[in-house]
Amino acid sequence: MDLVVCVKRVAEHAEAEFEVDETGKKLKVKGAAYDINEWDDYALEEALRLKEALGGRLTAVTVGDEDSEEVLRKCLAKGADEAIRVDVPTEEMDAYAVAKVLHRVLKKLNFDLVLMGAQASDDGYAQVGPILAFLLGVPHATLVKKVEVLEEWIRVHRELEGGAEEVVELRVPALLTIQTGINEPRYVSIMGLRRASKKPLKVLSPGELELTSEDVGREGSWARLVRYEIPRVEKRALIIEGPAEKAASFIFNLLKERGVTA
Amino acid sequence: MNPELLALAEHREGELREVTFELAGLARKLELKATCVLLGFKAQSMAEKLASYFDEVFYVEHDLLKHFNSDLYQPLLAKLTKERRPKLVAMGHTSIGMELAPSLAAELGCPLITDVLDVQLNGEKLLARRQIYGGKVEALMELKESPCHMITMRPGVLRQPEPKGQGKVTKVDMELKESLRKKVVGYVEPPVAEVDITKADVIVSIGRGIRDAGNIPAVEELARMLGGVLACSRPVVDKGWLPKDRQVGNSGKTVKPKLYLALGISGAFQHVVGMKNSDLIIAVNKDPNAPIFNVAHYGIVDDLMKVVEALKNLLKARS
Repeated sequence: MDLVVCVKRVAEHAEAEFEVDETGKKLKVKGAAYDINEWDDYALEEALRLKEALGGRLTAVTVGDEDSEEVLRKCLAKGADEAIRVDVPTEEMDAYAVAKVLHRVLKKLNFDLVLMGAQASDDGYAQVGPILAFLLGVPHATLVKKVEVLEEWIRVHRELEGGAEEVVELRVPALLTIQTGINEPRYVSIMGLRRASKKPLKVLSPGELELTSEDVGREGSWARLVRYEIPRVEKRALIIEGPAEKAASFIFNLLKERGVTA
Repeated sequence: MNPELLALAEHREGELREVTFELAGLARKLELKATCVLLGFKAQSMAEKLASYFDEVFYVEHDLLKHFNSDLYQPLLAKLTKERRPKLVAMGHTSIGMELAPSLAAELGCPLITDVLDVQLNGEKLLARRQIYGGKVEALMELKESPCHMITMRPGVLRQPEPKGQGKVTKVDMELKESLRKKVVGYVEPPVAEVDITKADVIVSIGRGIRDAGNIPAVEELARMLGGVLACSRPVVDKGWLPKDRQVGNSGKTVKPKLYLALGISGAFQHVVGMKNSDLIIAVNKDPNAPIFNVAHYGIVDDLMKVVEALKNLLKARS
């Protein structure tokens, strides 16, 4: 089974601080680690498991500048066979433009299954997968929590609201967007990293993919940034200052007062 | 005649989902004619219910529409959209909207923006407000000029409107063929919970900030001492540290205890929708900018394990 996994490098926001400049158009990110989008990491793991069980080639693809090669190296180190980076600036590109770029790459590849994260942790559009499936003319399922390979078909579970799952069958070739928690992503091994340095990482220019400025960037996007804002919601919480012991005793008294504890 | 907002009705097992009514509210706010499309198996009674919120409801009934299948929905919606030429096509940012809206938008060449909190229409321009980076930043976005735009709206942001009068209900006959490449074969209901967290008065809930599964027993002990149960946000279930039936939020349970103690939970909206109506919310997080502090009544900016230990000491001293 030949597989493609599409990945994105993102700033992890959990520990990061953000500032918007006076134009409102530039976002300064402070203290963020950059890594493979969490959802894509689960998609990569699922692709690796399918490859290990069924054989075939696994190609990792990303769209972005040179910095995003580190996520492709990670894919190669974990077991992808080859990697492709499309060298276009992504600042002004929305999900639609990214899907069009990926389409140009994927239509030249042989694949039975394309996997990617259900969304990215930074902009959270959750659009690239289904648009790409439409452009490729293949069926898709989003928010996938389980994958089984049948003969000409695959059977997947989609996560619905409230904890239920929907069972869907797709004829291959097909595209899946993966929900977190589907598996337990592996760590990169030293051996893997060593092997990865010898694996092919191809860089494609927009010209090689016959992409024009009308396809990519601001022109090729549906959505354009007007401005960023840091939400100035009135903090509802009363912050209890002081060392943990002091804060804990405030809570303890509060719970007694409210009759939550006896 | 007013330009139109065409909303897709979402339903599961014969029940309409709340987000559909919220879209009727959006149409009123934007001063658009509120039109709704309902695709289903036994759809008439749902269509009539929708008509007290929408100006006009179109419904299609077919055996094949028993379950949601984007491969069947997409051609029907594409055809209706081309006929009705709505100014705005709207769905919820849900398991249905996420599956369907992007590929439908690509087919129609209709600019789409997903997971929006607010929308304004200005001629052929559409402005949308969204959250990025887990809600730490907001982005005001503009969609390319077009006679038709599409959005998926974050559920629970708009309030449900009051019903108003009786809209027109029209049954539409449309040709429908089985998809040769995508079949929805059934549902798996969530497993019966060992502990029903929705019944608990006190919930001690952990998130990504717990960092290590080895820290969980200490927090569980605190939950026990408070006479409550242990729950969690999504990352803890994703790591396999607690079972799915302990998850609070959009894809888990909705709870409303007397006390919700959120430990190391950042406060992504998917979690917040499941706990925001708790009587008393206390949050502990190392990050002073964590969005959970916008929901909590009281907050402590500290290491959660320190606070857990301190609280346990106080509870022990009392007994």
